[in-house]
Amino acid sequence: MRINLRVNGEQSAVDDVWEGESLLHVLRERMALPGSKNACEQGECGSCSVYLDGALVCACLVLAAQAEGREVVTVEGLATDHDDLHPVQQAFLEAGAVQCGFCTPGLIVATHELLSRRPDPSESEVREALAGNLCRCTGYEKILDAVALAGRRMAAGGAG
Amino acid sequence: MSAPTKTIEVTRVRGGVGENAARPDGIPKVTGEFAYSSDLWAEGMLWGATVRSPHPRARIVSIDIAKALALPGVWAVLTHDDVPGNKTYGLEIPDQPVLAWDQTRYQGEPVVLIAADHPETATRAADLVDIFYEELDPITDPEVAMDPGTDVLHPEAKNPHNLIRHVRIRSGDPDASADVVVSGEYTIGMQDQAFLGPESGLAVPDGEGGVDLYVATQWLHVDLDQLAGALGLTEDRVRITLAGVGGAFGAREDLSMQIHCCMLALHTNRPVKMMYSREESFFGHVHRHPARMYYEHGATRDGDLVYVKARIILDGGAYASSSTAVISNATCFAVGPYEVPNATLDGYVVYTDNPPCGAMRGFGSVQACFGHESQMDKLADALGMDPLELRIRNAMTTGSKLPTGQIVQGPAPVKELLESVRDMPHPDPTPSGPLDLTLLPGGVSNTTHGEGVRRGVGYGVGFKNIAYSEGFDDYSTARVKLWSAGGEPIVEVHTAAAEVGQGVTTIQMQIARTELGVEQVVVLPADTQVRSAGSTSASRQTWMTGGAVRKACEAIRVRVLTDALVGLDGDPGDLSLEGGKVISSSLGVVADLADAIGDAAYEETYEYHHKKTFPLDPETGQGDAHVAFAFSAHRATCDVDTELGLVKVVELATAQDVGKAINPQAVEGQIEGGTAQGLGLAVMEEIQVKDGKVMNPSFTDYLIPTILDMPPMQIDVMELGDPDSEYGVKGVGEPPTISSTPAILAALRNASEKPLTHIPVRPDHFLWSGERPGELGP
Ligand code: FES
Ligand code: FES
Repeated sequence: MRINLRVNGEQSAVDDVWEGESLLHVLRERMALPGSKNACEQGECGSCSVYLDGALVCACLVLAAQAEGREVVTVEGLATDHDDLHPVQQAFLEAGAVQCGFCTPGLIVATHELLSRRPDPSESEVREALAGNLCRCTGYEKILDAVALAGRRMAAGGAG
Repeated sequence: MSAPTKTIEVTRVRGGVGENAARPDGIPKVTGEFAYSSDLWAEGMLWGATVRSPHPRARIVSIDIAKALALPGVWAVLTHDDVPGNKTYGLEIPDQPVLAWDQTRYQGEPVVLIAADHPETATRAADLVDIFYEELDPITDPEVAMDPGTDVLHPEAKNPHNLIRHVRIRSGDPDASADVVVSGEYTIGMQDQAFLGPESGLAVPDGEGGVDLYVATQWLHVDLDQLAGALGLTEDRVRITLAGVGGAFGAREDLSMQIHCCMLALHTNRPVKMMYSREESFFGHVHRHPARMYYEHGATRDGDLVYVKARIILDGGAYASSSTAVISNATCFAVGPYEVPNATLDGYVVYTDNPPCGAMRGFGSVQACFGHESQMDKLADALGMDPLELRIRNAMTTGSKLPTGQIVQGPAPVKELLESVRDMPHPDPTPSGPLDLTLLPGGVSNTTHGEGVRRGVGYGVGFKNIAYSEGFDDYSTARVKLWSAGGEPIVEVHTAAAEVGQGVTTIQMQIARTELGVEQVVVLPADTQVRSAGSTSASRQTWMTGGAVRKACEAIRVRVLTDALVGLDGDPGDLSLEGGKVISSSLGVVADLADAIGDAAYEETYEYHHKKTFPLDPETGQGDAHVAFAFSAHRATCDVDTELGLVKVVELATAQDVGKAINPQAVEGQIEGGTAQGLGLAVMEEIQVKDGKVMNPSFTDYLIPTILDMPPMQIDVMELGDPDSEYGVKGVGEPPTISSTPAILAALRNASEKPLTHIPVRPDHFLWSGERPGELGP
């Protein structure tokens, strides 16, 4: 079947999609957007986090067909200027929150979502908001640092 | 001496040794552009799938692939008959079939391979493969497996009775007696490495019978050796390039899909991608060995250790993997970082029909450390002594002798590490402000508001070897090239060191920058076009590959400086490279490095070897088997809801000697991440295996720590400098996983006053008050 959807601001039509394919599979394997990751494909790790019509979802739990006519934003679409990093991306780098990086795209999208609705979250709120994103490498300390750093920068710069 | 022609200010290059240099893979990782092994794609590629045995132990009566092969979209269905070369492989003992033929020895063992044009087609074809099994009773208890009457799973094995290896260590007087004796029995569940990036890769046939494989692994050359052998190809016809690795932690030391993917690609003459699902990943790699440990400690009234007796049994599962080395570590380090004059230690690792076990961060020391640290607490209790004081009293130092007779030569700051964590401020006993459920045991399940909650504090200290042991020469090779382009000097570093997230690529850049005074350093992708770098394991890459890069840079520097000296009086020892300049100690800047290089290109390859080690004597276990040792200590603060058995790790404080922090931020990242895995083993993570079957192969049922489970940490990084390594570095990655677990257990016991002899601790364990695991008290 054919799916029409808008990804990172660009309207696309994807052909030959099998009915059982997830949005994650279509993004990764059919649209050359492998930034959203596939650590579990069962909704447990958050590595596939994307926006679907502005709501944070696990792309592995959304059928591609459910995205018909809708708007998807992935980690590849967060930076407004292609050469620049979004402050959340920059903060993850500087804080040392990236090791293997497999959790990183999902965490960055989830952090982006948290900071856009709650610009100055307490540590407890950050932990609660990111509890669905597994990271096996960092022990999360530097991820907390990154979220705090991004929050401060975005508050100061009004970016987001 | 002629006067210098230029006086330019020299600024040191940024991003050298000791700085928090940015990782070169950082930007692509935050933008989503970094290509992990599961992200690869090639025009016309097929998808591979693996048909696995559902039975832990069975005889294969017949395999019928006709229906699967007839499914439209299926390109290949392969069995053991199609394995072109060696039918078995393995890291130390080639006992594991590429594809099972007459029998299967664990649930999930690969039997048939499929290649199809869509992953779903491959899955459906897998369902159509007809394999007729005759089920056999699995052997699942390692102690039963060692009984002479039990079936032998590997009749060709060199040891009888399913024994993979017995390590026997005897030191001092075996009959020594002591005033105070404590004994205990401890068990450890099977932990999974649970890296996030699934096993995956892309094999591309070269059209001439050879193949290129892009894969996530820990040691390219050991993969190459096994892969070429199984494919029946010479090594030059198999090229492996490291694809992006989504974590490793030991689970990528053994082959997973490498041979299978290449077989399918060569058979179909099309690129083939294989990617395990999370469920398949639980069957696709080895796990941490479950352990059963019997300990007896004897001490004087004053608390001096007199003897330790230990019997450690590790369940190796169906195939040997790296079991022989894991049991060596578990036994060598069974008494912990303490001075023990008399030791009788026996370690056994055994074949069973459980999932195969092998390398995981901490590698045998994790199991031993839970044993010896539990015993130290028990002994302190029996002596009426403070557990920290007992540890410090018996702490090993430089010059101490291990039970293997080896003298510890580098820094061994066991006492200092313990004092450091002892002296760090304690977390607030009663958090102020409004009630925050996430800080309580049970969290937002809202099971308590503090009633029945008790706090405990506990300590753990551990150590392990760096690099490979017992005579193995795990060298690393670095090729470094210096040239200039557009008036700028450029350094290129090429090694086969696997970057698995820990940051070894950054380390190589930092070292090259410092050694050659050049900011622009490019590290080429790791592949098999350069000689081996050894494995990304055993906390060895910074020491070994870092050492190789430094030595290759030094060789280049000597040549550049010798050439730069032409026309100047003096000797090369007077010159150095810094900030892109050639600098004389007496004259200042004598040349731009780019000018000094001119059109030349300097290239050097260096093979770095650590000092020689020796096998353990098979009867006494004596021998200088290890290169060096790394130490860490943890203090854990935990709250326990004593009514429900729920726990909250409140804080973890740790101190570790890293020798020298090449990249302090990365060092902290290793310590925090390693500690989190130790927390997982302490209170969450266990692959539940019942009658040889895995009950929880998913992240729904196998729980790893989330950001809510991981508490704040305090870290003291000591840099005491190892005399044998470059810059004094020591390995960093493993120690935090070793000492964190027993510290948490000690805190939980301190809070609950229960023996807690099994890890991970589950709520019902707080009901156990008996001495043996699972035993209810009076
Ligand atoms: S891949 Fe979607 S939640 Fe794990
Ligand atoms: S950085 Fe590896 S999983 Fe988070």
